Amino acid sequence: MTTTLPKSDELSLDLYRQMHTIRRFEEEAARAYAQGKIGGFLHLYIGQEPIAVGASSVMRPDDYLLTTYRDHGMALARGMSPRAAMAELFGKVTGCSKGLGGSMHFFDVEHSMLGGYGIVGGHIPIAAGTAFASKYRGEDRVTLVFFGEGACSIGDFHEGLSLAALWKLPIVFVCENNEYSMGTPMSRTMSVEDVSMKALGYGMARDRFFVESVDQVREHLAEAIERARTLSEPTLVEIRTYRFRGHSMSDPGKYRTPDELEDRKKKDAVLRARAELVDEKGLKEAVEKLEAEVEEVIADAVRFAEESPEPGIELLEATTYSGEFAR
Amino acid sequence: MPQMNMVQAINDALRLEMRRDSRVVILGEDVGKVGGVFRVTAGLFDEFGDDRVIDTPLSEGGIIGAAIGMALYGLVPVPEIQFSDFIFPAYDQIVSELAKYRYRSGGEYPAKIVIRTPVGGGIRGGHYHSQSPESLFIHVAGLKVVCPSNPADAKGLLLASIRDPDPVLFFEPKRIYRAAKGEVDEGDYTVPIGKAAIARDGKDVTVIAWGAMLYECLEAANQAAEQGVDVEVLDLRTLWPLDIEAIVASVKKTGRVVVVHEAPKTCGLGGEIVALINEKAFLHLEAPPARVTGFDTPFPYTLENEYLPLAHRILPTLLETARY
Repeated sequence: MTTTLPKSDELSLDLYRQMHTIRRFEEEAARAYAQGKIGGFLHLYIGQEPIAVGASSVMRPDDYLLTTYRDHGMALARGMSPRAAMAELFGKVTGCSKGLGGSMHFFDVEHSMLGGYGIVGGHIPIAAGTAFASKYRGEDRVTLVFFGEGACSIGDFHEGLSLAALWKLPIVFVCENNEYSMGTPMSRTMSVEDVSMKALGYGMARDRFFVESVDQVREHLAEAIERARTLSEPTLVEIRTYRFRGHSMSDPGKYRTPDELEDRKKKDAVLRARAELVDEKGLKEAVEKLEAEVEEVIADAVRFAEESPEPGIELLEATTYSGEFAR
Repeated sequence: MPQMNMVQAINDALRLEMRRDSRVVILGEDVGKVGGVFRVTAGLFDEFGDDRVIDTPLSEGGIIGAAIGMALYGLVPVPEIQFSDFIFPAYDQIVSELAKYRYRSGGEYPAKIVIRTPVGGGIRGGHYHSQSPESLFIHVAGLKVVCPSNPADAKGLLLASIRDPDPVLFFEPKRIYRAAKGEVDEGDYTVPIGKAAIARDGKDVTVIAWGAMLYECLEAANQAAEQGVDVEVLDLRTLWPLDIEAIVASVKKTGRVVVVHEAPKTCGLGGEIVALINEKAFLHLEAPPARVTGFDTPFPYTLENEYLPLAHRILPTLLETARY
């Protein structure tokens, strides 16, 4: 079940640029975290970049996206500036949520990115709500909601799918199945490891693939988005993927063997995209040029975050209600 | 006696009670092979196996619902909710079912479970990993609520909670999981539920606290002493039922009281404590009861040390109350 899409060198370079930007952004975020410049939690997306970039590239700018606490890649792919993203990680007032949210709670209305969510699965019924509103108002905006396989055991997941199927909502449920629910493998938490089968109980269209390239993500998701936009029907898409880092920065990941990790890194779709551009298409010069540009963008983002001020304490109450009132 | 931190003391209590009572089982997210996100259940899977230390999917409603069913069948489940911020998907199970079994069975048949969950700020977790929802459960008739401030109390209160006939929410202040250390008896003992402790003796003003903020109150009390104000610090230990006798006795002695908690002020436990003091010791008061609390806002990421009622925020209120 795929849609054939045009594939030019220019497009391939742009998709690689986005994936490389996310990876470099997060590598620098990890460094800043280790230096104590970022507090709290930091869940890295490294290894899963083709999904955010592929999905966003076949979405319309006004299509809604909701995702998990592993949200940096999705936000950048949707168009959030690395400056606003890095400043949010640093807890600065110039961040996308004025530094009051942090890593897990990005939010960017301008780019229709309705948040990273720190409660696993909590956002899935909310996504059904945005899809309902789109249909109710006769608009053809599609909602894409991303979650991990761990969320598929939460009631909210089932409640969201149930309503979306019942009401024939323009939504795509995307399970980024990275095989580990924090530290616990699928085999210890799920009776059936084919997540897409959960669509059957709701009479919902389903798709499933092991991610190998950003083009493949684009083709599969374009099909599901088309079904949502033209038929107003939901799809559950399971994308089998892998994260190369721990669950968060505080997770040494000892529940995975070094061999397993090395084996998966050999299939790194970002490096493979680079190799294809350099070795097969002879675009070494263009690749190195864009990589140099990305270095500048990321360095600028870090500098911007470091130099930005922290939010004032008055923002706490000012951002909680629309006006002040006496207590 | 060996030195332990909070994590080790709670682990010790769980191990002791699981050895003593085969009805006790643990269930929760990452509690088994991984040993818990804060390592509180480390080693229990290896000793007791996967039928007593049960990894669950991310399914808080399912975890508490299943635990209630186990309890009705005669087991003594000790489910873990990974952060107390994640307890809300299970709120319906706790409020609608767990709290009401004794009542609905005419006093015959409680669903006896102890829900362990890390609580409070201090790790820059932002609004989903820092909250203090104790008053939401205290408000629900049928539940007991406990929050220890040190390793010895943590072990004794957890053993008392597991053996108590009522369902208990056992809040573990994550800010001091490893920072609070002390001597802990290796043997079997309990600390009674419903009994506060005087953490610092004083005569000028009473400060009431629990969990991680106890240490901030003690720090503020030391600073107040340098300015000639002698502060008594009361560690509630059990949040419900309140040790109102200890509270009233202290307030009658000092005539002045400050309540400190991390949760937002409005409808926080401090409001209830002040109301009870007004009801029971009004004529002994020399100053308006005061509260130093979190703000009525979501828990912030960046401004954590402003939001939390740390010593620098407690001290001015202590002095003001003492000199009123």
